[in-house]
Amino acid sequence: MSIQTPTRSAPGADERPSLHVTTSNARRRTLMSRAMAGVLFLTVMAAVTPLAILLWQVLSNGWGPFGWEFLTTIEPLSYRETGGGYLHGIVGTLYMTGVATLISVPLGLGAAIYLTEQPKGRYARIVRFFTDVMTGVPSVFVGLAVYALLVSGSGGLGLGFGTLAGAASLAIIMLPIVVRSSEEMLRLVPPDLKQASFGLGARQWQTTFKVTLPAAAPGLTTGIILAVARGAGETAPLILTALGAREVVWRLTGAPQADIGLIMLDGFRQPFEGGIERAWAGGFTLIAITLGMSIIARVVARRSQI
Amino acid sequence: MSAPTTERPQPSGLIGSARQRRADPIFRAVLMVAASSVLLILAAMIIRTSIEAWPVFAKEGIWGFLSGRQWSVGTSRSEVTGTYGAFPFIYGTLLISAIAIAFAVPLAIGIALFTNELAPSWLRRPLTYTVDTLAMVPSIVYAFVGMYFFRIEVWAPVGQFIAGTPAGEVPFLSGPVLLSSYWSAANILAIMILPIITAICRDVFAQVPADEKNAAYAMGATKWEVMSRIIVPHSFSGIVGGSMLGLGRALGETLAVAVLIGSTRDMTSSVFQPGDAMTALIANTFQDAHPEAIWALLAIGVTLFFITMIVNIAARLIVARVNTRVGGGAAV
Repeated sequence: MSIQTPTRSAPGADERPSLHVTTSNARRRTLMSRAMAGVLFLTVMAAVTPLAILLWQVLSNGWGPFGWEFLTTIEPLSYRETGGGYLHGIVGTLYMTGVATLISVPLGLGAAIYLTEQPKGRYARIVRFFTDVMTGVPSVFVGLAVYALLVSGSGGLGLGFGTLAGAASLAIIMLPIVVRSSEEMLRLVPPDLKQASFGLGARQWQTTFKVTLPAAAPGLTTGIILAVARGAGETAPLILTALGAREVVWRLTGAPQADIGLIMLDGFRQPFEGGIERAWAGGFTLIAITLGMSIIARVVARRSQI
Repeated sequence: MSAPTTERPQPSGLIGSARQRRADPIFRAVLMVAASSVLLILAAMIIRTSIEAWPVFAKEGIWGFLSGRQWSVGTSRSEVTGTYGAFPFIYGTLLISAIAIAFAVPLAIGIALFTNELAPSWLRRPLTYTVDTLAMVPSIVYAFVGMYFFRIEVWAPVGQFIAGTPAGEVPFLSGPVLLSSYWSAANILAIMILPIITAICRDVFAQVPADEKNAAYAMGATKWEVMSRIIVPHSFSGIVGGSMLGLGRALGETLAVAVLIGSTRDMTSSVFQPGDAMTALIANTFQDAHPEAIWALLAIGVTLFFITMIVNIAARLIVARVNTRVGGGAAV
């Protein structure tokens, strides 16, 4: 009894190689696949290398001038002088980001709850679409619009440059990010939880505040922290709304406000050693704030139950 | 599993006093207002800026504003006296964005393919975080490091090399290579838009049905053949949508461009020479602008808004057609 494959039984004109023999074509295709894997790895390197260089540059140049003095004093009047720090900028950035968070988080959460309660509604669809579109609005246009709406006296509210105008522009940039991420998180809350709450006779607002929001809390926090980090790192709209200041400003309106990014921009475009050194430390501070926040966000996300 | 015979529980409506019963309608109204705020803010921004910019459009004509090549700013407080032609800025914005897209899209596809298909599973998460971190770095830091490191050590030498090869004979790629140029601005943009395109690509590649991939493997296809003939064609419209989202970002990116493009008004034909862009003009000249010039900057802003809006809406429609669950996550 012998079952032979045609390859073995029919030597001659009809001969085909065994499947175990690698043909030159197969070898070429395997080589091609391996080579392309190498190319794809290179593309990854092309993204990782600039990030590594960027972080290294900011760390190595920024660590030296960064320190207690940098955090607690304001800039000297001349960019030539070394020493001094970004206290006014740090205050301004945190102040404006804080006010922007207070504006954008309640609005954004409210909108996100609305969108999850009406997943298929026509109006909800429109809002969802324009929220997505709003994430792509150029930040400098937001700055111009807030200038025209709030800062400028002719036709606008005439609040002047300052904390509130800066915070408003950051809030507009953060709002769609908060809505999007919150909606995604709220949608992950199992409907059973909500129905159990309704079944116990809870009202809609009670269910939302006592069941849905707590269940989604870690995810919501992650999204909000990422949005805040984005706001803290924005500088472009502040050129047109906060304008910049050379002292610590606590007023909400009526006085231009400082910002780390704005001071950096002024400092590193001047050819003076002192200003550039402080700008490196400023860059270090900004990176520490934004990356620190995104790390916190990831840690919170890992604790998420849903 | 809810029982099929009973209706799902609804929020209770009829218990409690009249005051308590009013709570839910009020709650819903508040939510409605919050949701509407997005639309209201968007509408207020575009209407207000258009009204402010109108005198400039009225004097130059919309086509004249878009195609004019002269930008000389007047100093009036009440009327439009200067000449405003935005073409050099529009050209600069479109040019650097196009170059950035040409660099970033192939890289993003490569990174997404590597992350999804080739990387060992323990490496996937760190890779995703690393690319997303690129999106978290503030634009001002890109501008700074671009100015003090990348343009000096990387982009200008590479530009020098390209201008020295036979390709340098083409006016578009001819020297001399300057530090601040369209080229430098385009390169920083490519790095900055990489994360969003990569994130969308990762999401759409993950949506390719496993059956199709497995069928191809069963036929003896290599990894590369599966990637290039199954995954990429299947995700084509998603890639287009992601690229357009990246394009929208590139068009609107401000500080890195403002610092690196060089800000000259003459449109040079070579990418290695300085130019100007719409966002760069707004950021660089706003602080010294007279009221009249601010209207002109608002007109530039409105133009920029409409260009990015068209790109973004098209991108969202394409991405949404692929799948509503494609969001891009933290990079967006």
